[in-house]
Amino acid sequence: MTQSAPSTSAAPGIFGYTFSFVGILAFAVILFWAVVALFAPQIAPYPIGKIVDMDYFGPMSSKLWLGSDYLGRDMLSRIIFGARYTLGIALAGVLIASSSGVILGMAAAVVGGWFDTALSRFMDAMISIPSKLFGLVVVAAVGSSLPALILTLAFIYTPGSYRFARALAVNVNTMDFITVARIRGENTLYLAISEILPNIIRPVLADFGIRFVFIVLLLSGLSFLGLGVQPPLADWGALVHENIQGLSFGSAAVIAPSIAIASLTISVNLLIDNLPRKIRDRSA
Amino acid sequence: MSKLVEIKNLHVEATTDAGRRIEIIKGVNIDIAKGEIVALIGESGSGKTTIALTLMGYTRPGCRIADGALLVDGKDMAGLSERERAKVRGTEVAYVPQSAAAAFNPSQTIMDQVIEVTRIHGLMTSDKARERAIELFKALSLPWPETIGERYPHQVSGGQLQRLAAAMALIGGPKLVIFDEPTTALDVTTQIDVLRAFKSVMKAGGIAGVYVSHDLAVVAQIADRIVVLKGGEVQEEGTTEAILSTPAHPYTQELLSAFEPKETQFAGKRTYKARPLLEIENVIAGYGPIQADGLPFMTAVRTVSLSVEKGRNLGIIGESGCGKSTLARTIAGILPASAGNIIFDGKELHHDARRRSREALREMQIVFQYADTALNPAKPIEDILGRPLSFYHGLKGKARDTRVNELLDMVRLPKALRYRHPSELSGGQKQRINFARALAANPKLIICDEITSALDTVVAAAIIELLKELQRELDLSYIFISHDLSVVEAICDEIMVMYRGEKVEHLTREDVKSPTHPYSKLLFSSVPKLDPTWLDTLVLEPELVRQYGGA
Repeated sequence: MTQSAPSTSAAPGIFGYTFSFVGILAFAVILFWAVVALFAPQIAPYPIGKIVDMDYFGPMSSKLWLGSDYLGRDMLSRIIFGARYTLGIALAGVLIASSSGVILGMAAAVVGGWFDTALSRFMDAMISIPSKLFGLVVVAAVGSSLPALILTLAFIYTPGSYRFARALAVNVNTMDFITVARIRGENTLYLAISEILPNIIRPVLADFGIRFVFIVLLLSGLSFLGLGVQPPLADWGALVHENIQGLSFGSAAVIAPSIAIASLTISVNLLIDNLPRKIRDRSA
Repeated sequence: MSKLVEIKNLHVEATTDAGRRIEIIKGVNIDIAKGEIVALIGESGSGKTTIALTLMGYTRPGCRIADGALLVDGKDMAGLSERERAKVRGTEVAYVPQSAAAAFNPSQTIMDQVIEVTRIHGLMTSDKARERAIELFKALSLPWPETIGERYPHQVSGGQLQRLAAAMALIGGPKLVIFDEPTTALDVTTQIDVLRAFKSVMKAGGIAGVYVSHDLAVVAQIADRIVVLKGGEVQEEGTTEAILSTPAHPYTQELLSAFEPKETQFAGKRTYKARPLLEIENVIAGYGPIQADGLPFMTAVRTVSLSVEKGRNLGIIGESGCGKSTLARTIAGILPASAGNIIFDGKELHHDARRRSREALREMQIVFQYADTALNPAKPIEDILGRPLSFYHGLKGKARDTRVNELLDMVRLPKALRYRHPSELSGGQKQRINFARALAANPKLIICDEITSALDTVVAAAIIELLKELQRELDLSYIFISHDLSVVEAICDEIMVMYRGEKVEHLTREDVKSPTHPYSKLLFSSVPKLDPTWLDTLVLEPELVRQYGGA
């Protein structure tokens, strides 16, 4: 769950929290990519679609830091702009998926009965659809656009988030303090928001992070299949896909976006595992 | 007598999550002779279990033995390597845990687990180990000693499992056995059998023991010497007789006085026939789907009637599984009754709490046994107490703050506690908050479901005193549910005895000493007394035990 193994190198407490070195490092990487995504037009040395190199799969040079891609475009600029799509789409998707999943999950746990049964069976049915195949079908049906991508990704990951939140909420729901609140006469909304949510928020946040990583990977997968973000724009997955022939040339154009994907997903996971922990020993 | 165990100047340190070191055992010296049983007694957090565990060279995660020597049969457990300690554990020192149910592996037969120690240490062949185990089962007076080992842990009762855990500890032929509150989780009627079995086996084998407990009366039956601990230091040490008859240290006196019935004023005898505050008529309740005859699949409460008068208290007593907590939940409407009437303050209440009016819910509050689960761990105390204030009385801002302070004051807690979370309070403090939340509603009746069972004797006595004071100040009535007769006796005007979902006897204060129903007799005579000879001289009618006994 959220309680990670105590890190060996804990910084001294700040505001009553301990921060681990790994957590800080992971946060720095995520922050770096967030800044890159936000200020892409200012940072990128060349426009996204401009062909700047006469050679394709050009090597790394002082002019083109990460070399050029299969059309001779600057790879660094494309990765900087790609961060916007990868981070933006994944964040929007995970926000929709996790919030709707958690709200429905808590509602199912608190209300119980037929509502819970019907919703759970429906979600089970959704889980049984293979996610990549579902993405293919939707993109084939309505075409690839940013809103369609975000909604598809959210739809695919809602059932998992629902299952997770419901399992946690059901456990909390059997505690005596919920019974006390119930016989006080509290309504469902209060029970869910005020009594249950504060007790499941940490694992839910951890799940949020993992789901973010899944969405980044699925989005990269869809883009690799040519169904994600459409050219000349490209997210990191699409960048790997379009430069795949460069593999035999040992080009930086393949490895650079792959490293970008890996650094983001691994950092998010490390951050989740090393969230600041509250110090309970007050007299320190 | 030669010494088997010598604990010299033991210091144990714990490291907090802020990296601060605190000393939890501060220089303890204890000697144990061969074949002697020494009891470590004290409230929770006094370090009694920590000391007992160090005898096996073990400390809980985050703790370490900082200083001192732990000589067990000449070997210093603190200085041994982990490999050497493993050799000693199970063969020379053995451990009987508090909850045997949690200590057994549910997927292996009992025999396999009992003889596992001999297999690990290569002490004897498996056939020989089985024979030895069966001998132990007989010595511990377990039923069907020849075949009980073939069963799985869930197929035997709690009292039997606790004795099987002792067999597991004894099979390696240890010189010292550590008992960590082994009877705390058991009913009084079962506790007697377990204590007797432990005592006879230990005496027969001449095995030394460390008995960790917070129950002085239990300790008085089994221990030769008592060591009283508080705050990681030995407060007093002496033979059982000496500690019980002439306690020197104030804390020991406090422990003992928690056992003495206090002089209290109870509500005078009824002079007029008042209308009862709560009347329950022929209530039936249970779990599972409703059967064709209109009753639930598992009836836990069978046609129980009772009444509580204003300003008077009713105690409900019985062993675990007798339906007393179910009855409390039925009255509160958490578990809707299948049949019967619940009349509160002259008005008939709906069986289901969800269909009761807010006012009816406000006037009847319930306080649960475990304050740990009854208080939301994610909320500070002021929110926990403040919610019923704004929910029932519409209090906001300053008025609410003032009232929260008043409530904290009522349950004798400092105001600064309001900013803390439940995890930052002690067990007794949590139970006070739990009770203060019920008071926040300004109720007429409070149902207390085993509220002192999870607390130490001294803390529980303080809670009972508080309840009595508040009753005088606020004109409350209590329904007090417990398995502990002394607690119920201390506060209740009338006592109702339950057995297997039925009310078997209704007693008033006058006739509590002379129950007439056979089950009440057995239950009342099973409560341990401080007299060290009580267990040895206790004679229970075998017929009674056969009919109603737990194990």
